[in-house]
This record gives sequence, C-alpha cells and structure tokens, in this order.
Amino acid sequence: MELERRILHLLENNARLSCKAIATMLDEDEARIKNIIEQMEKQKIILGYNTIINWELLGNDGVTAMIDVKVTPEREVGFNSVAEKIYRYPEVRCVYLMSGTYDLSVVVNGESMKDIAWFVSHKLSTLDHVQSTVTHFILKRYKQENFIFEEPEEDRRLVVSP
Amino acid sequence: MNSMKRYISNTVESIPPSGIRKFFDLVTQMDGVISLGVGEPDFVTPWHIREAGCYSLERGYTMYTSNQGLLELREEIAAYENRRIGIEYSPEKEVLVTVGVSEAVDLAMRALLEPGDEVLVPEPSFVSYAPGATLAYGTAVPVPTYDIDQYRLRPDILSHYITPRSKILVLAYPNNPTGGVMYEEDLEALRDIIIKNDLLVISDEIYSELTYYGRHVSIASLPGMKDRTIMMNGFSKAFAMTGWRIGYACGHQDVIGAMTKIHQYTIMCASIMGQKAAIEALRHGETEMRKMVDNYNYRRKLILSGLQEIGLDCFEPRGAFYCFPSIKKSGMSSEDFCEKLLWEEKVAVVPGNAFGASGDGHIRCCYAASIPNIEEALERMDRFLRRHKEIRISNIV
Repeated sequence: MELERRILHLLENNARLSCKAIATMLDEDEARIKNIIEQMEKQKIILGYNTIINWELLGNDGVTAMIDVKVTPEREVGFNSVAEKIYRYPEVRCVYLMSGTYDLSVVVNGESMKDIAWFVSHKLSTLDHVQSTVTHFILKRYKQENFIFEEPEEDRRLVVSP
Repeated sequence: MNSMKRYISNTVESIPPSGIRKFFDLVTQMDGVISLGVGEPDFVTPWHIREAGCYSLERGYTMYTSNQGLLELREEIAAYENRRIGIEYSPEKEVLVTVGVSEAVDLAMRALLEPGDEVLVPEPSFVSYAPGATLAYGTAVPVPTYDIDQYRLRPDILSHYITPRSKILVLAYPNNPTGGVMYEEDLEALRDIIIKNDLLVISDEIYSELTYYGRHVSIASLPGMKDRTIMMNGFSKAFAMTGWRIGYACGHQDVIGAMTKIHQYTIMCASIMGQKAAIEALRHGETEMRKMVDNYNYRRKLILSGLQEIGLDCFEPRGAFYCFPSIKKSGMSSEDFCEKLLWEEKVAVVPGNAFGASGDGHIRCCYAASIPNIEEALERMDRFLRRHKEIRISNIV
C-alpha cells in the first residue's frame, strides 16, 4: 500500500503528472505505475480527476452556497437516506455529515442566487426529515484544494545566482 | 568621467569578475527564459516561519541582539546540531549567528589566515571561498575533484596540493554545483592527512538536510576533528530562507571568539527578525522541511533521467539541488554551450567553469524549478543538442 499512497500523494497535487514522470520519481517501472493507477480507478480509490478553475477571471458570475441542513435521522439508515436524496441533485457539488450544531453540509452551485434560493425552498426544505436549513453564499474564494486564487505564483528569485 | 581604478586596492582588483555575474547580465535582457540557473529553493519560506518574523516586528523586536546572536537561538542551534550531527556545542561559547554562511566563511578566513597562508578549495565549488581567502590575504589553492570520483575529494589528490603554508581545507558537501556528497568513510580517509598536516577545516554544511541517500555526516563528528573544524550551517536551503540571511558557525571557543571579534566590529549582529524566524524554523520547521526535501528528491530523479535521455552524461547527484552534466560531447566549451542555449532556446543554466577550472565541460542545472518548467527545459535542451549534432555532422561531411 505504501507505493499506492505515494502515487496518490503525487496525483493529489497534480493530476496531470504522466505515468512516466511518476515512475521516475518513485524509482518504479512505468507499466507498473500505469497498472496500479488503473486498479485504483477500478476500485474507486481514485474517483476522478478535476480541474481547479478560477471562473471569476472569465467574468463568470455563478454562485456557490454552503447550506447547513438539520435532519431527523431515520431508523436503520440514519442520515444516509436523506443524504442520498440530496446528493443525487446534479447542482449539489458536495455533501458532508458534520458533527456539531447541524447534520449535513451541502455545497450547491447555481447560475444565480435566485437559482439557489429556488433549490433550497423547493427541493431541499421540502424533503422529508429535513428540519431546517441555513444558507451561506460564498462571496469570494481565497484558497481551494491548496491553490491560492489571488496571489500570482510569480517566481521572484534572481534568474541566475551562485 | 575619470577612471578611479587606481584607487582600488590591488587585492580587490586581483579577484577576477564572477562568471555568474556576466551570465546574469545576459539573461536579464531576455524574456520567456526558463531558468535552471538559480541557486536557491523555489519554495517561499514556510508560512509559520514568515509569521514568526512578522510577529517579532509587531511585538517591537527591532533592536540589536548580542553580537553572538540571541541566546535563545544559539540554544536551539546547539540542540539542533546535536540532533543533526551528534556534536555538543556550548551555546554560550561555541556558536556564532552570522549573516548567512557567506559571512561565516569570510570571518573564519579573516580570523585564521596570515598573509600567504594557503586555503585548499576542492573544485568545482561555490564561488565565495577563493575570493574569501584572497580578501583575507591568503592564497586559494584549487584542488580538483572529478565526476569519476562522484566529485568526492580524494586523499591522494589532496595530499598532492598540501604545502607547509596550507592552513585551511574547505569542505562543502553536499556540494554546489555538483551535488556530490562525502560519506563517513570518505571523510575518514581525509582525517589523518588533516591532522598530520595540522589543517583546520571550514565545513560548509548548508545543504546537509538535502541529502538523498543515507545520512549526512559532518567531519566535525569524527574523532579528533571537533576542535579542528569550523562547522557552518544556516537556514537558507533547508528552510527556504535565503533572503533572511541567517547562518551560523560552530567551533572551538577560541576560533568562535576571534570570529566574533570581527563580526562585532563589522556587522554587529544578524537582524533580530531573522533570528526570531530562525528560532521558529528550528522549533517547528521539521515537517515542512522534510516535505520540501521529498519534493526536491522527486525532481532530482526527473531531471537526472531527463538529462540521460537527451544524451548528456550526468553523475547522479546525491545532495543539494543541482545536476552537473557533462556537455563535452557537444564539442562546445561550457560558456559557449550556455550562451547558445540561452539565445537559441531560452534556457538558462550556469557554465561549469564559473565554479572553477575543473568545472569546465559541464553545466549546472538547478532543479529547484517547477516540474513543467523542468520538462520544458529538457525538451528545449534536447532540440538544441539535436540541432547542433546535425550541424557538426554536416560540417564533417
């Protein structure tokens, strides 16, 4: 599992690393790396590969909200059944079960605030077992998945130094 | 304007202009250059260390410290060196905080050399030692090291260069620019020669945390060597703190005392916010430092395999963050190679002869660069090598 972990740590920070580069970095055979990654994809250890995008630079005015949801757990299935009903919606990006004052944290993307308001009032609040919701709109992204949005990654070093 | 040259001291005039400086001037005129020519980490100082520096300013730590540096920092340094190389230094008497290792080298040369004393400098080497000796009215004696020896200093070659005037041996391993390291047995093989010839050692261990196979061993830790060695280290490379300019020297109290005397009249003390940040680095910086080292190691492997693929022979560097491939096959001198590579493909690397005559026929490639930049630089170098190979062949035909 050690090798798998090392591959995953590399991919976690840069999904575009080639198998060849990973193989070189880990002193392994390229075919073996390729095989292990394929296995992990099959086993759903690797679920997919995303791109972290700063949409704002494109003038995109989409909206993201984080919604705290209080839920009455159900017999036998606990929170899972209602969580599933929520995450099935394509506009829902993430769903987490939380400790603390509420139960589910739901991240929703929409074109506008109105979109999200409609989702909350028509779809989320009306679900059985959902007691209450608190919607927080994201005003600005500073950092996501280890990437800083504002600060340009400029290299301030002298180009040649001893 | 009239020349003022006649006022400049002969000693300073005798120092040749830096090969790196010349190249730097060339590179800065160009846009779109991928630089593998830097000599520092590509990481910014870890945030918790920067924050400690900021906090020290907020709290009003803006004054001088004692000449030797904050005792709190010297205590941390002593504890760290005990962990790192297993030597106990007294924080009160055997540790001096300096403005980078560069200052420590200068202080040691000035504290120890009489005019005409010789300083043995294994080359290729970092550019400061020989001028440092000259400025202290000593004489630098280059001692060549070779790629077939993995750039380790060979005892027989060292012996060949020793004279009755030899006083200091500089050991800078892991080495800039070659990436060579000296293991315990290599150092052990030098020990008798050093003791027999009553040499002192300036051991510049600034890259020691960046050792990729086995453990770094300091020559100071060998029997009978602690008092003979002025062990120097700092925060620039391991903790990505080049701009803070904090280094230190550890050694016998008489030597450290003499160095402190010069330091107190010329520098007074290293900056207090740098010292405060350095305390944070030693107390809580280990985890981040290990991550950075792992990261260099990945890139070391990438660039090494890339250089070999494009047909450049390269000894496997075992420390620091440089590769030092041979470009002899290209038929060009180091300088010629670097200038052409820069003009034609906009890749900056440093000619090996900037690090001493024995570096000629090589180039220094720093892999403290992003992976895409390393890959792009390798592609450009490949294109460059192919083109010049064809030119050579067509010239022969």
